Amino acid sequence: MPAPLPVPTRQVEEVTDEAASADTPWQAIVWNDPVNLMSYVTYVLQKLFGYPEPKATALMLDVHHKGKAAVSSGDKDKIEGDVAKLHAAGLWATMQRT
Amino acid sequence: MNGWKKSGRGPKLRLVATMEPQEVVVLRGLIGEVREMLAARTAETPADELAELTGIRTGSSVPPEDKVLARLLPEFSRDDPALAGALRSLHEPALIEAKEGAAVAVLDTLPDGGGRIELTVEQADAWLAALNDVRLALGTALDISEDMPDDLPDDDPRTAHLGVYHWLTFVQDALVQSRLQVKF
Repeated sequence: MPAPLPVPTRQVEEVTDEAASADTPWQAIVWNDPVNLMSYVTYVLQKLFGYPEPKATALMLDVHHKGKAAVSSGDKDKIEGDVAKLHAAGLWATMQRT
Repeated sequence: MNGWKKSGRGPKLRLVATMEPQEVVVLRGLIGEVREMLAARTAETPADELAELTGIRTGSSVPPEDKVLARLLPEFSRDDPALAGALRSLHEPALIEAKEGAAVAVLDTLPDGGGRIELTVEQADAWLAALNDVRLALGTALDISEDMPDDLPDDDPRTAHLGVYHWLTFVQDALVQSRLQVKF
């Protein structure tokens, strides 16, 4: 994501991936890409997953700084659907086993 | 285009902007090009008899060779080619349809000859997706990178196109900011 655009500066409590547990074996991963705007990625995560703004911003910043973030986890069908929605929004997303 | 502002409230809420005639021409042209690329991809994998019988369309299991199309239609998996192929085949027709729908939503709300644009929240969501597709297409074609300078040397053949890219970035970012002021 291009750096110079304004980023919400609200304090974020904790930067964590939507981490996996034993009964959620798949994750949707969003990868950093040089075109998608930070603001747009935050918007997409709020719209598709209903995440509150601080969580969406934290995940977006993970994508930007670490190169990727797990944005949802669950069974294979759910994650397949999540990745399809992320693709429709133009995000670079893949799915993987945890 | 000086950005977007909110107008009205409740069911009458609109996100409003004005575009110059030339801006409308440029945006229409770019959206048309993305639609053509997607239509060509669909034409590569015509519906077979089985699809016509079952009503279930399947697409190619192989990613596009063209780098722009490959970015618009990404792989589902990085480390499992069989999974990536199967899911592409299953989901690509609907993905192309979604992108086409967003593109048409923009064309339907763009005023010919320039002027005022008024979007419902739903239309604004379609605009954001379509603007993103156009930026992905142009950004990929221009090899945009994280540390791309705002201006390229005058003799770089990409200079003229980069201005259009930056303009699209402004239009999209301003619309996101406006959209984020409305509840999901």
